Amino acid sequence: MLLNDLTVDRASFEAGTGWQLKPEGACKGEVCVPLKADPGDPIDVPALAAQMGLPLVAEAAHSLWALGPESIGGRALTTAEAPDLVLPDLNGQAFRLSSLKGQKVLVYAWAPY
Amino acid sequence: MWQALRQELHPKGFELVTVGLDALGADGCRPFIEAAQPQHPSLIDAHHVLAEAFGVTNIPQSIWIDEQGMIVRPAETAPAPPQPGGRPPRVDMPSETPQRFKDIMTEAAKITQNAEAYHAALRDWVEKGAASRFALSPEQVIARSRPRNADVALGHAHFELACELERRGHHEAAVQHFREAHRLVPDSWTFRRQAWSLEQVVDGPLARFWQGPSPDHPEDWPYEGDWLKDIRREGAENYNDPWQP
Repeated sequence: MLLNDLTVDRASFEAGTGWQLKPEGACKGEVCVPLKADPGDPIDVPALAAQMGLPLVAEAAHSLWALGPESIGGRALTTAEAPDLVLPDLNGQAFRLSSLKGQKVLVYAWAPY
Repeated sequence: MWQALRQELHPKGFELVTVGLDALGADGCRPFIEAAQPQHPSLIDAHHVLAEAFGVTNIPQSIWIDEQGMIVRPAETAPAPPQPGGRPPRVDMPSETPQRFKDIMTEAAKITQNAEAYHAALRDWVEKGAASRFALSPEQVIARSRPRNADVALGHAHFELACELERRGHHEAAVQHFREAHRLVPDSWTFRRQAWSLEQVVDGPLARFWQGPSPDHPEDWPYEGDWLKDIRREGAENYNDPWQP
């Protein structure tokens, strides 16, 4: 997740990381990471990232940060529940992967290089 | 080939979603998508969120998701549908083709994949759904997804940052983060190929496939590896993970 600021609103944090902030902690699918306290809104990203074990990389010269994914399970997937990806098409129209629920979906990764 | 398969299977409740992984975004993907004129969702992933979200490490790879939104097969090599008559005949390259491209094509021809088994499995799943033996349980899906330790997770953050810096025109800064991503996630071919393809070494339509040092100024190449060097070291036969039922 890219950040222009180390404070971010709760909804953006949830959408960007795929982790939902619930009373029981930060949850993805059936997995929950307990938190010391409710992180509030807006979120102090470095503090929450440290609690959840998410890496945070800075490019200070350009006021840009990237918050990386979790590695708590030792695998790329923490849950088999598909993340609700939102990506643009060629015209910049956002497409939500979950809009295809009810069909079998094959997500195919390719590259022009 | 994929489009014909999608047209055939679509009435059975199947959808194909193609995702182009390129820091150049729509500009990089446009010629290919416009030529293909897809009927299915065709998306652009400028920061490789597919790597972070699913563990995609190479292209082409696929993820299968069932009607309830559960992943039933994690990222794996997705060969093109087998064609009647087998592989197309090799085309002889014109004699003026640079030696590097000839060498790349020679190595690429050695890359192995199991298109028959993969596509038989895909059809079985589309037909039988959860009853298909190729639809894995949630535990199997997680266990089969790529290993990810703290270094790998950190490498993904560097890579995402690199793509954004590239998009904002800060190429030199991007290179530093691409290098860190390569060091931390050494088994990702997409992380390497993406970075290599952004180096302007030769001109022309094949510029993005050069992916290596200039013959005249090899010292200018900013990366440890390059496409030819790495595939020769790792072996073209190991480029794709073997298909597992």
